[in-house]
Amino acid sequence: MKKLINKPEDVVVEELQGIELAHPDIVKVHYDPNYIVRADAPVKGKVGLVSGGGSGHEPMHGGFVGKGMLDAACPGAVFTSPTPDQMLEATKAVNGGAGVLHIVKNYTGDVMNFEMAADLAKEEGIEVEAVVVDDDVAVKDSTWTAGRRGVGLTVLMEKIVGAAAEEGRSLKEVADLARKINAQGRSMGMALTSCTVPHVGKPSFDLPEDEMEIGIGIHGEPGRTRMKIEPADKVTEMLLTPIVEDLPFKSGDEVLLFVNSMGGTPLIELYIIYRKAVKMLEAKGIKVTRHLIGPYITSLEMAGASITLLKLDAELTKLWDAPVKTAGMRWGI
Amino acid sequence: MAISRDDVLAWIRNFAQVIEENNVYLTDLDREIGDADHGANMNRGFKAVMTKLPTLETGDIASILKGVGMTLLSSVGGASGPLYSTVFMQLGKAFAGKEQLELADWYAGWESAEQGVQMRGKAVPGEKTMVDAMQPALDALKEAVAQNLPIGEGLRKSADAAHEGMLATIPLVARKGRASYLGERSANHQDPGATSTYFLLETAAKTWANC
Repeated sequence: MKKLINKPEDVVVEELQGIELAHPDIVKVHYDPNYIVRADAPVKGKVGLVSGGGSGHEPMHGGFVGKGMLDAACPGAVFTSPTPDQMLEATKAVNGGAGVLHIVKNYTGDVMNFEMAADLAKEEGIEVEAVVVDDDVAVKDSTWTAGRRGVGLTVLMEKIVGAAAEEGRSLKEVADLARKINAQGRSMGMALTSCTVPHVGKPSFDLPEDEMEIGIGIHGEPGRTRMKIEPADKVTEMLLTPIVEDLPFKSGDEVLLFVNSMGGTPLIELYIIYRKAVKMLEAKGIKVTRHLIGPYITSLEMAGASITLLKLDAELTKLWDAPVKTAGMRWGI
Repeated sequence: MAISRDDVLAWIRNFAQVIEENNVYLTDLDREIGDADHGANMNRGFKAVMTKLPTLETGDIASILKGVGMTLLSSVGGASGPLYSTVFMQLGKAFAGKEQLELADWYAGWESAEQGVQMRGKAVPGEKTMVDAMQPALDALKEAVAQNLPIGEGLRKSADAAHEGMLATIPLVARKGRASYLGERSANHQDPGATSTYFLLETAAKTWANC
């Protein structure tokens, strides 16, 4: 294992210390239980947005805490869901009296821990709603599995719903908006290499030099198929076609196209994918009116990329364009 | 002879040791069909329980078990944190006010623990989860209570039934948790959660063999 770390058990706390030192104007960091919270939390009368998940997906979620996006994020151990005590304390810290929305990626552990946290928060008199993101089309048959995983769409949801909460919308309105986003966004990812969890010390899975995994999850969970590596255009087709067919996205739709790096893939390659994806969508009469390109939901140092497509309307577009000031995403401020 | 408060404490201590000894084994089972951290997560949780136990020891059986549940909740994470936390908190609730436990009490506790786990995990038997070890153990306990068996004997039957339930997960295709993403590829592997649940019941049978 070759990593720029000190001790594996200190990785998360030392990362939090770095975030605290770098962004005191945006966030405060609370330790034991660990959570990152907006510097001006709680914002009176505003719905609080809390998310969280295993560490190793940076900048998600901690990098998305700030004005116009999340109010708090709870980091777990690397690739392990955080615990309800973290979520409960974060929920209390951001409750400005208008209730709190939990944005939860659909993984068994995340869902259960957030459910327990919501139960505990309700016992303390805080109004809590939860929205589960499950946008990964690589997982097919949800009756027979834990259901589709929450991946790239989470980033877009946190931005758009964050803007709506900032406008002062009610908890119900904000939760309904999150569900609407979940209903009209889809994603799929692929990996060129594996990744190594610091406290495990060896790669999460083996992927030979000349092979790739299509439909990978963000913790290296297996995807649809493993095959010989193909050129970028062919890989883009393999990711985008199932996404478009699943919703389905249709001629005349306006979309946000999000091309994401799994951590190890550089921007130069993301633009190659973006270029092919736009061409494919144009050929189908689907218009890309907004985009996001870069590493936003990663799997440590894994090389690979994911594509997310979100169907836009005037409301979603306006909220996407609204000002945001976080460590990981910033415009309009 | 009934199960005393000290017996309950001994069971928890012994289980923490069993988990430490089987840390790598459980993690290896999880590497096959999950995310290779079940042993590590359980071991982190029961290490935290051992640290906390001195402050819990003065309470009654119910408060000790609830304290264990709360400690697991804040230290394990993942899916096993909420599920094992539910087991101990449900046991604690079921034993409220009890100075000691008879086999019928233990059965009632496990019945509510199993209901709690099924509700939290939305799992039913046959989905390759810890429920597959819990359900047969519960059936065996019910029969032992009906037959008025001594505690030690009833616990032995329940541990053996859990062992069979654990082995019966091997051919199953997972329907819950991360293993479910593997579909058919999850068959021919023993479920790590069913395995740690068997250890919990086996440890009870061993610790309380003479009760």
